[in-house]
Order: sequence, then structure tokens, then C-alpha cells
Amino acid sequence: MADVIMPKMGDAMTEGKVLTWRKQVGDPVKTGEPIAEIETDKVNVDIEAEDSGTLLEIVVPAGQSAAVGARIAVIGAPGAKTERPAAAPPASAARPAAHAQAPPPPAPRAAQTAPADAARVKASPLARRLAEEHGLDLARIPGSGPEGRITKEDVESALAARPAASIAPGAAPGDGGPEYTDETPSRMRTTIARRMVESKQQVPHFYITAEVAMDEALRARQQLNAARDDGRKVTVNDLIVRAVALSLRRFPNLNGAYVDGKIRRFRRINIALAIALPDGLIAPVLRDCDRKPVAQISDETKALAERARAGHLRPQDYEGGTFTISNLGMFDFVESFIAIVNPPHAGILAVGAAQMRPVVRGGQLTAATVMKVTISADHRVTDGAEAAQFIGEVKRMLENPFLLFAPDAA
Amino acid sequence: MAELTYRDALRTTLIEEMDRDRAVVLMGEDIGLYQGTFRVTADLLDRYGPTRVMDTPISELGFIGAAIGMAMLGLRPVVEVMTWNFALLALDQIVNNAAKVRYFSGGQVDVPLVIRGPNGAGVQLSAQHSQSLEALFGHVPGLQVVAPATPAEAKGLLRTAIRGSNPVIFLENAALYGMKGEVPDGDFALPFGLAEVARQGDDATIVAYSRMLHVALTAADRLAAEGIRAEVVNLRSLRPLDMETVVASVRRTHRAVVVQEQWRPFGAAAEIAASIYEHAFDDLDAPVERVTGADVPMPYARNLELLAVPHEEDIVRAVKQTLYKR
Repeated sequence: MADVIMPKMGDAMTEGKVLTWRKQVGDPVKTGEPIAEIETDKVNVDIEAEDSGTLLEIVVPAGQSAAVGARIAVIGAPGAKTERPAAAPPASAARPAAHAQAPPPPAPRAAQTAPADAARVKASPLARRLAEEHGLDLARIPGSGPEGRITKEDVESALAARPAASIAPGAAPGDGGPEYTDETPSRMRTTIARRMVESKQQVPHFYITAEVAMDEALRARQQLNAARDDGRKVTVNDLIVRAVALSLRRFPNLNGAYVDGKIRRFRRINIALAIALPDGLIAPVLRDCDRKPVAQISDETKALAERARAGHLRPQDYEGGTFTISNLGMFDFVESFIAIVNPPHAGILAVGAAQMRPVVRGGQLTAATVMKVTISADHRVTDGAEAAQFIGEVKRMLENPFLLFAPDAA
Repeated sequence: MAELTYRDALRTTLIEEMDRDRAVVLMGEDIGLYQGTFRVTADLLDRYGPTRVMDTPISELGFIGAAIGMAMLGLRPVVEVMTWNFALLALDQIVNNAAKVRYFSGGQVDVPLVIRGPNGAGVQLSAQHSQSLEALFGHVPGLQVVAPATPAEAKGLLRTAIRGSNPVIFLENAALYGMKGEVPDGDFALPFGLAEVARQGDDATIVAYSRMLHVALTAADRLAAEGIRAEVVNLRSLRPLDMETVVASVRRTHRAVVVQEQWRPFGAAAEIAASIYEHAFDDLDAPVERVTGADVPMPYARNLELLAVPHEEDIVRAVKQTLYKR
């Protein structure tokens, strides 16, 4: 008989939530087969069975959380008894980080069955599928069907209500009613809240904005896309990633971190890209961007973004970044903005929209496409002059885009 | 195209097939001199004579057994049972011989036999003569079971039945014999195992066959008046069963109601509902509803008989149930 435990997916993870059980009690399972989907701080991942046999017991029902290392299910021979004395959590939970939040000892089984059944969310199969596709937590959707069964319509209303829970127009809430609503944020929201407070409190930020003329870069992109015969398109963002990666080679402090009183300089240049999701954001990582051609960066970015939006990132997809880019250029009215450093990185580059502007060139007024980029940097690692030089290098690369394709010439 | 009654569509097809193939012969009680209890064989004795249109004694076990033997030796007998209830007397011949001869002979001997007659309730024939027996026959491998709902289907399915090489349980319906409808001319035939979408809609799928098709279509009209667009799938044949058409519809509508006239336990609707669950579980937004006859011997009293068979309001209610509406 073997326990299935809540795995540790990433260093920051202390607990995880079981989203769905892909196997039910009594189902046969094979080693390597996905048996449950869990939600970690960042993504949803499948847990695979490490043993073959029958799923004997589900300890943590769908919708509930468990500490890393806690037993969430039991696999064994068909019909075997799963009862066992209340015991310390399995050895793998004994890591210091997890220990602080070790699970309570399992209650006697009889007492456990009832709440587990009560916790089962009643939903139509279609509603279940829709909720999963849209990353909605069924436990938070009110059901209108018999015995509170969640239907397609309920999921659709939840979806419609999702963007920022907008305030209903019309009459103000009457006197005597509640003045606000309190909602438990998603795990991702909680993580963002914690990390951003940490960053703003502990990282001394400073900011430098520069204006980049983008006409040459746009022309290069257009020519490249027109010349490609595979139909795939490079984006402005791909060029920015490449320019930042090549610039970081010359300014290793910006590709570093302040850790325990030491300046850490990463040996690889791994760019984390902030990607907006319906209930938060995530920054999957493109590795070795200084050593990859633009086309490859482009393909990998598309694949990562797709996986991120589907909630299918693996921990290795979002760990190990050394510098972050946050690009709001798709909102053509965003001129510039300031980002919060994504710890432990030393810097984050905030990219605005490329906009047509009047500029003065050689004493003449002319029209150009310009884009504002703003670096937020950790003053413990770098200073204004260095960050200014770095951002100047990014600007030079983008304004001379052939450098992006022939880095040795740079 | 010609407008024919369900009865005349059957009779015309018998004539066309008897003219085409001398191996086609008719047998049954009162089909000759008396012209058939429901007059499907009117005038055929005069046309083809007593060697091809045979009045039989009141002995279903005997004449269905004889027909199986004739079919094994190359004839194509079409046997009329006065109602399907009488075929219970011949169940051993049908289940143990007709359905098994090809299997037992290793494929050497076919049984191209059609047994036809009215199935179901609705004309005050009481408990012994009002039964719907499709589930009984649909259960047996080796039999084909079809249930035409319109004059065109009566013609198209009967032709396929007569020309095929398998024993066919051909379920007519006494309440439909007088129904008129357009029937394609000539060699028109309908394949078995191909359902028809009789009415299109996006909100729920109603699956029906035989007389219940018309009840389902009326229900769909009433639902449309309330803004609910029901799709109606007419199965036509139960074995083979065209689940592909049913499942494709349910995948779009996410809701299914299956209608049958027979008793609920172990009925055709249970089989169809289970298949829907197997093939479209993740597409369902509500449990499959069954609309069925009452689980009682059919009452003779008209008022009670009416209560014991499904009506359009039962189907309307079931569709609303799947839509979580009242």
C-alpha cells in the first residue's frame, strides 16, 4: 500500500489544492498515470501515480487543500484496508519549510467520510467540463439545479461575472444593506499579494524611463515576416526580449540578485515574461535568450503563453528566471508604466505601446513611432548610472535592429 | 411521390416486391380470404393465388417455424402476426431458431424472413393485446428490429427488410395504419440503422420512434411556443441502433429525453439513455429523462388506457426538467 502525497512543486509551495480527481475510489491506476489535478501557487498540474494498483481511498476531496507532504490518497491492492493509526505525516513532509504547516493527524476514517461526501460539489458533467476549461473553481459557483446542482448556465453566469466583479449600474444599494462584499482570493491572487508586498517593502526600487525610436525595428520585423515561408510571425515583443537579453550580457549586475548580503550574478540569461491571466498573472521563463535567434524566442514564447493561459505550466516553466519583462504595448493608449521588481530579480523592464509622435530630428519636426521603456531596479545591486547605460544599450539594439540578428557585430 | 396511407404504403411495397421476386410469399392468419385484419393484404389472394398468399391455422409456433424453414431453403416469407402479442407463442422459433440459424451454420444458411404486424397500445385492446414488445426482440443478437413511424418509412423499411438476408422484426402500429403521407415512388428503400433528425433545435434532444415520434413532434411544437427549441430524432430502427445521430444531437443540445410507449424497466429508453451516458457524458447538462408508459398491465377502460401511455405534456415536462425549468 502506498500513500499519494501532496508534492512540492517549486520552492515557495507550502500547500496545494486538489482541483479534480481524475480517478475515483476503486479505479485501477498505473504508475505514471495522472490521478489528480492540483492547484499550486502558480499553476495547475497533474499528479501522477507512483505505484500501480487500485485507488483505495481519497483523503483530500476535490476543492480542499493540503500541506506539502500530506497524504491525499492511498493506492494499494484491490480491497485492501486503508485504516491505519493516526500517525505523523510521511517522512517526505519532514522538510523544515513544510513542517511548520504539517497536516493534522488523520481523523478516524468513519468521521472522515461524511464531510468528504458533503464537500463533493454537485455539478452536471457539462458544467464540470466548462468550469475546468475556464479555470473556474466549482466550489465557488452557486448551483441553481436540483439539490444545488451547478449547471451550464450557472458556469456561464460565473464566467460573465468574472472580470473584476463589476459594479452593477443603476440604483445604489439601499440603506441598511451591506456596503461591500468580501471574497476569498484565488491562490494565485494570494501569491501575487504576498510577493508584491515583500518586494515593495524590502527592495529599494529606482526607476529610469527612456524613449526608443521603433521605426527601424518595426521595418525589420515586417521584412522578416514577409520573407519567412513558414507563415509564423515574429512580434515586437520577441525583438525586445532579444535586445534585453543581449544587453544583459554587458551588464551582469542587472542579471543578478541581492541574496543574504551577497550580490548573486546569474550565469544564464533567462527572461521571465509577465502574462496576464483572468485572475492574475504569471511569468513563465524563456531560457538562454542571449543564445537563441529571434525566431526561436518567438516560437518558444508563443508555446509558453499558450500553456500559461491554459493553466498547464510546469514548475520548470516558471522557475529560474533572472530578469523580467512586462509589456503592456498591446494597449495602444498605455504610454508608459512602472513595474514592481519580481523578487529575487534585480530588474524589471516595463514596456509601453509604440505610438506615433512628433519628434525633432536634426532641428526638423517629424513623425516617428516611439516606445517608452521603464526599468525598475534594485538599488542594492545596481545604481542609476549603470541602469541608465543598460537601458541605453537596449535602446541602441532596438534602434539598430540588425544587431539583434548579428549579435557578434554588437 | 404519391400520398398514401401507412397501410397502403405497406400493401404497395408487398405488391412491388412480389412482382419483382417470386420467392416472396405471404403467410398469416386471415390474410387471404378475410383480406387481413387491418387490410394490409387486401386483394392479394386474388392477385397471387393460394400458393403465394397462405392463410394459416391459428398456430403461431407452427407457421413461424414453417416460415423459418422456407427462408432457410431460399424463399423470402413475409409473415403477418395479427398483433405482436401473438408472436409470444412463437418466441422459441424466433429467438432460438430464426436468430441463431446463421450462427449455428457457420454462416452457410441465411434466414431472410420478415415478421410484421402491429405493436403497441392505444386502440382499447386491453392488457394482453396492447403490449409494446420491442425491448424483448431488441435484446436478441441475430434479429433486426425496425419501427416505421410514417407511410414513407413503412415503404422504405419494408423493402429493405424483404430484400435483406436477416430475420426482421417489423413493428407496425395499429393507430398509424390510417395515417397519410407522401411516399416516394419506385424502388425507394431506407437503410437500417440510420436515424433521422425529424425536427431541428438547439435546446434539447427528444429521441422517439414509431407512434411516439408524432407525440414528440407535437410536444416540440408546444415547446416552441414557449421559446424552447427541441430537436427530435426519429430512430426508425432499434437494432441496429444509430447512436451516432443521437449522440451528435446531444453533443449540441446537452440534454436528452427518450420516449417509449412500453413499460419503463429494462426498456429501449434505458438502453438508449445508457448509451448516451457512455458516449456523451461530459456533454450532458442534466440527467437523461425517460418518458414511458405506466408500469402496469394495459387497462381496458379508455380513461385509464389514456393515462397509461405517454402524451405530449409528459414530454414537454421532461424537456423542461432537463432545462431546469418548471
